Amino acid sequence: MSTLEIRNLQVSVNTDDGMVEILKGVDLTIKSGETHAIMGPNGSGKSTLAYSIAGHPKYTITGGTVTLDGADVLEMSVDERAKAGLFLAMQYPVEVPGVSVSNFLRTAATALRGEAPKLRTWVGEVKSAMEALNMDPAFATRNVNEGFSGGEKKRHEIMQLELLKPKMAILDETDSGLDVDALRIVSEGVNRAKNANNLGVILITHYTRILRYIKPDFVHVFANGRIVEQGGPELAEKLEANGYADYVSK
Amino acid sequence: MSVLTTNYLTPTGREEAWRFTPLKRLRGLHDGTAVQSDRESLITKGALPSGVTFIRENLEPLSASDDVIIERVRGSASSVAHLAIAANTELTEPIFLGRSAGGMDTAEFSRVRISLGTHAVATVIVENTTDTVLAEDLEIYLAPGSNLKFVTLQEFESKSVYTARHHAIVDKDAIFKSITVTVGGDVVRILPTVAFKAPGASADLLGVYFATAGQFFEHRNHIDHAVPHAKSNVNYKGALAGQDAHTVWIGDVLIRAAAEGTDTYELNRNLLLSDGARADSVPNLEIETGEIVGAGHASTTGRFDDEQLFYLMSRGIAMADARRLVVRGFFNEIVSEIGNEEIQHRIMDRIDNELEKAGHNV
Ligand SMILES: Nc1ncnc2c1ncn2[C@@H]1O[C@H](COP(=O)(O)OP(=O)(O)OP(=O)(O)O)[C@@H](O)[C@H]1O
Ligand SMILES: [Mg+2]
Repeated sequence: MSTLEIRNLQVSVNTDDGMVEILKGVDLTIKSGETHAIMGPNGSGKSTLAYSIAGHPKYTITGGTVTLDGADVLEMSVDERAKAGLFLAMQYPVEVPGVSVSNFLRTAATALRGEAPKLRTWVGEVKSAMEALNMDPAFATRNVNEGFSGGEKKRHEIMQLELLKPKMAILDETDSGLDVDALRIVSEGVNRAKNANNLGVILITHYTRILRYIKPDFVHVFANGRIVEQGGPELAEKLEANGYADYVSK
Repeated sequence: MSVLTTNYLTPTGREEAWRFTPLKRLRGLHDGTAVQSDRESLITKGALPSGVTFIRENLEPLSASDDVIIERVRGSASSVAHLAIAANTELTEPIFLGRSAGGMDTAEFSRVRISLGTHAVATVIVENTTDTVLAEDLEIYLAPGSNLKFVTLQEFESKSVYTARHHAIVDKDAIFKSITVTVGGDVVRILPTVAFKAPGASADLLGVYFATAGQFFEHRNHIDHAVPHAKSNVNYKGALAGQDAHTVWIGDVLIRAAAEGTDTYELNRNLLLSDGARADSVPNLEIETGEIVGAGHASTTGRFDDEQLFYLMSRGIAMADARRLVVRGFFNEIVSEIGNEEIQHRIMDRIDNELEKAGHNV
């Protein structure tokens, strides 16, 4: 049983006009097995929250805490956070030229497991992870995300989620850019990871569509750098019908 | 070429061709003060297949050169080491040439010729190791319809000074591909140049270099499109790490008035891995006819991409390993073209080592 605790998190980015505050005090607690959907207008700071938890160097933490089972996440380097059990499926996965998917996955698995996976079982492990997400095995020899379509990049993220087995995952708009079949396939991947590892999930999305496949326990409305309302799955339906006008004008 | 009376013009460093080169570190190769050795270090590795000969003979140069060190080599070398691949010989295995005999007290002036008969197909790999002072005039002739992959590996020890011109003359429908790898030496200055002799010829010049603290590596490509319908492509990639690591890439492409239907592109990318290093990159396209298929160039010099490192590290990969992956990935595009696993591993390992040596500065 793990707990990710975000307390009064305040984050700024450095711009040409100086530091701009994006997150204005975010509070959120996620336990193993729970799924928290975060919905909110463009530019409200959802990706900023995701990146800040993962440790992207662009963001400056100006206040608050993030802990995983009591350990100070903000003190950890990016790779240490992954080793502690955090995973970020990115809104815009990064292309890494010249680095093959298979080399990348093996290097990551070696780092996370503390030893190189046995070659014999590893090849099969990767193959079945790819098959489960309907990815052509040829992706293994391609360079990481290079030339992948938007949907292929997202599948690749969820394939890593299944392979690397984190405790807590933040999925930043994993559903954007997926066709109907891919949405189902990717959602099933997330649900498998939830069941297999009792994964805790923060699911950032603009659409209720994905929530039909991945059932949220909680829905949070994010606006202007903070959580402005919380509720159950019914809140998502309300948002889809009414939009964010109530929250943004406040 | 035994006339030694010429008064060679010693470069001062103000000349365009010499403005980047640290002349003081050339150990007298440029000003005639180097003491000539009797080394003839170039040898073949393993038995030569039929259709291939390697002999020393007297040969007139195939091309003019305005490089003063090449002139000195031509005035001093007593014979030419000539690797000849007979017409219609199709080799499936590479021919290995190498230099491992060296010495820093005297300088070797070496002339080399590689010639392919019509429709010959070959891969030639030259392995340069050891500590040496070496000036080399290497000329390649590709007869019509022949195909050569020419790999040179500068894996010198840290004191070496190597200046060379690798000039390929590419005849009708011949295909030339060179891969120039420079990862060792104190000063390395190579002129990989091409002249097209007839239409239908093509040249692909690829290169990688990695300079660490204090090393100077210069590559000056020159491609002369003097005939119609020839194709050239240049892609050189370099990385630098450490104080006063310095690389120079010059890409001169000349499309003469007669060279209609020319298709050319050149690219140089540099990865600056630390402060205190300097990468000069100068593409230079001269076009005398508008009747061409394409002509372009690009040059970039940048640091580690934070987004790439973040992505890798977010999967648990430690910073040093993430950097190694990115650097390997950067070079892989070209190193993988060598087509020999053992050499590719060796070069990548050397690059890892160089990166590690530069480690704490990176
Ligand atoms: N370097 C920067 N300079 C200025 N503003 C920035 C910078 N980086 C981020 N921001 C701003 O921070 C705000 C939050 O961005 P973020 O990406 O977190 O939004 P989001 O909620 O994920 O939006 P979306 O739904 O469109 O993905 C945006 O207004 C964005 O413009
Ligand atoms: Mg976003």
